[in-house]
Amino acid sequence: MRNLVFIASATILCALSVSAQQTSGTQSTGQDAATMEQRIKDLEERIITLEGQVRMLKSAPPAPPAASTPAPPVTAGQAPAPAAAEAQQIQGAPSGAVTQTQVYGGAGGAAAKALNPDISVIGDFIGAAGTGTVPAFAQQSPFPSLQMHESEVGLQAIIDPYARGDFFISFGEEGVDLEEGYITFTALPKGFVAKVGKMRSAFGKVNMMHNHVLPWIDRPLVSTNLAGGEDGIDDAGFSIERIIPAPKGLFLEATGQVFRGDSGTGLQTVFKSWERKDVSTVAHLRTYKDINESTNLDIGLSYARGYNDVGPDFLTNLYGVDATLRWKPLRRSIYHSFVGRSELIWSQRQQLPGEQRAFGMYASADYQFARRWFLGGRFDRSERSQLANLTDHGGSVVLTYWPSEFSQIRGQYRFTRFAENKDTNELLMQVIFSLGAHGAHPF
Amino acid sequence: MKTNHQGHEGTRGKLRATWRLATLALAFAVAVLGSAAPAQAKKLNVVTATTDMAALAQEVGGEKISVESIAKGYQDPHFVEAKPSFLLKLRQADLLITVGLQLEIGWLPPLITQSGNPRIQVGANGYLDASQFAEILEIPTGTVTRAMGDVHPLGNPHYWLDPDNGRRIAKGIAGKLGELDPSDAAYFQERFQDFDKRLTAAEQKWDAEMKPYRGRKVVTYHNSLPNFAKHFGLNVIGYVEPRPGIPPTPSHTIELIGLMKRENCKIILVEPYFDLKTPNSIAAQTGGKVVVYLPSVGGEKDVTDYFKLFDYDINLLMKAFQATQ
Repeated sequence: MRNLVFIASATILCALSVSAQQTSGTQSTGQDAATMEQRIKDLEERIITLEGQVRMLKSAPPAPPAASTPAPPVTAGQAPAPAAAEAQQIQGAPSGAVTQTQVYGGAGGAAAKALNPDISVIGDFIGAAGTGTVPAFAQQSPFPSLQMHESEVGLQAIIDPYARGDFFISFGEEGVDLEEGYITFTALPKGFVAKVGKMRSAFGKVNMMHNHVLPWIDRPLVSTNLAGGEDGIDDAGFSIERIIPAPKGLFLEATGQVFRGDSGTGLQTVFKSWERKDVSTVAHLRTYKDINESTNLDIGLSYARGYNDVGPDFLTNLYGVDATLRWKPLRRSIYHSFVGRSELIWSQRQQLPGEQRAFGMYASADYQFARRWFLGGRFDRSERSQLANLTDHGGSVVLTYWPSEFSQIRGQYRFTRFAENKDTNELLMQVIFSLGAHGAHPF
Repeated sequence: MKTNHQGHEGTRGKLRATWRLATLALAFAVAVLGSAAPAQAKKLNVVTATTDMAALAQEVGGEKISVESIAKGYQDPHFVEAKPSFLLKLRQADLLITVGLQLEIGWLPPLITQSGNPRIQVGANGYLDASQFAEILEIPTGTVTRAMGDVHPLGNPHYWLDPDNGRRIAKGIAGKLGELDPSDAAYFQERFQDFDKRLTAAEQKWDAEMKPYRGRKVVTYHNSLPNFAKHFGLNVIGYVEPRPGIPPTPSHTIELIGLMKRENCKIILVEPYFDLKTPNSIAAQTGGKVVVYLPSVGGEKDVTDYFKLFDYDINLLMKAFQATQ
């Protein structure tokens, strides 16, 4: 890469000096001056073009297998620059060199670094005060007084022209968990997008969200009681999604997923696989409509099915409906916004002596009242998956301050009335901070 | 008793599950069959990240392309929501033109991934990063940290506000369009030549209009005018934001007021998507003038193309310079 820049600069310098000599040798007439000006202009253009090509090469995604095979067939989709053939040649050289003289320990130079994945770490610190105990069979677990709740390491990159890869590894204070790690095939025919690996399933909205993008510190009661708590339905498997053509600017997307069948632990277990055939399935249908340029409505239907922890042959079915109304005036988009959201989940859990049918929901609203400030609230109500006659209620008020895009400080007052007639009042504090380049999350 | 119950439940559950799976499969089949392959119209379907790229693509693409921008001209291009409705545009696109230099990093990548459109994936033939054609300023040398604010490590992405860059980008787009639609390559080149001529004429006019004000000092809200300032010889001495992307702080505002007074700078240029409270108070204390300029085509209703964008901004600036002489 550096060679390229050097050669380019040298060529241009030579050309400049030659043209300077030429003109100094002759009478400096107006015409010569104009010619020279034109030449300098042309050279300037060439420098800009070369600089652009160098930038493109530096930030180019990994070249397809072409580099390792001599005389590669130049497929249409490989070179970013218009001077495709030229760029192709140049691109082939350094990547070949890198594979031959691979240097470890950060000495690989800029070219090698450019192919490193985007690396990010997001710290999630939580402090809690107030009632610190919950009834014995409550599915909500209390936060400790001070906790480095999660350190999420993200590694993301484009793998090849056909796929990208995303890893999110979640470090607790003790254990490590692969929160997500999957490949997304982005170049499938007929508009299909497929993922393979471990991922948060497409059941509703909150289940898809990482902790650091939630508008609250905790997760709603319905998530903890019916849908696997913090980890949610997060499992190894594959996913296929596709946009379905729909009339009148309506966005319609269907997702189908098949997982091994293990989600949630302890009292929060949703699915458990006893045998290989015990896979779980998740289906999601999303509709979205722009009401106007500032307001939009997003509605989803979800279904999940799998075997539970009672024993083989005991199924759990989950049904979900989610609705989100967003408002963000474009001219003042960085100052004001509103998101209202609700999710309703029904759980049918086969167990002894009979099936438990539980329902839970939350409704929340978040308003951004200044560039760095958000105020929100959430109402919770949920029965418990294993004891559907027990209903927990809750409510929260949340205030969030964003010093910058890369850090956020949040306070949440949480009230919970457990079915056992026990009330808890808690004050939760959270600091989230982000290092490195964390890829944007889906809307 | 227990076994009976369990067995009954089990069978019922399985039957129900089978039925549901069948429905699901059917739904998918309908979804797949219902969507005939997108009709390949004669026109190339171009989607751009911003209106400026759309305007330039329209100049060279003429009637052989249909072009649409994701961001609106009056919107902060750093913070666009990745709405699913954009996916509907992207899945049909033959060409996606981005500003690049990480301007759209917060919203475009997931849209590209989710689009299910192999043609516009990064590195594919239908993905065009326009920054490769343009003169890029302020490429940071040395270590870049976020303590500098939202600095773009590849250089300042607000490069389209220099007519020379506009010409270069248009040329690049014309080349790419010709590559995607070789039968109309000559048409695109012809349109580029025509655009080039009109732009050169307009540039002479703009240069002449701005000539009396070369070297004048201005302050901008965000650092989004380096290329414009370079071309027209303006001297940007400070920013309302203490660091790129960081909202104004009282201490920085006081410093800026001091600087403007010392340097006798009277003009504060503000993008249409920023709050005017701080700029107005700075103007009040320095006897200056707040000018809401347009960084992009479509920032106002009648600013519908690349030429009108410069006409609008230069007109505003001339008036402001005259008023503060």
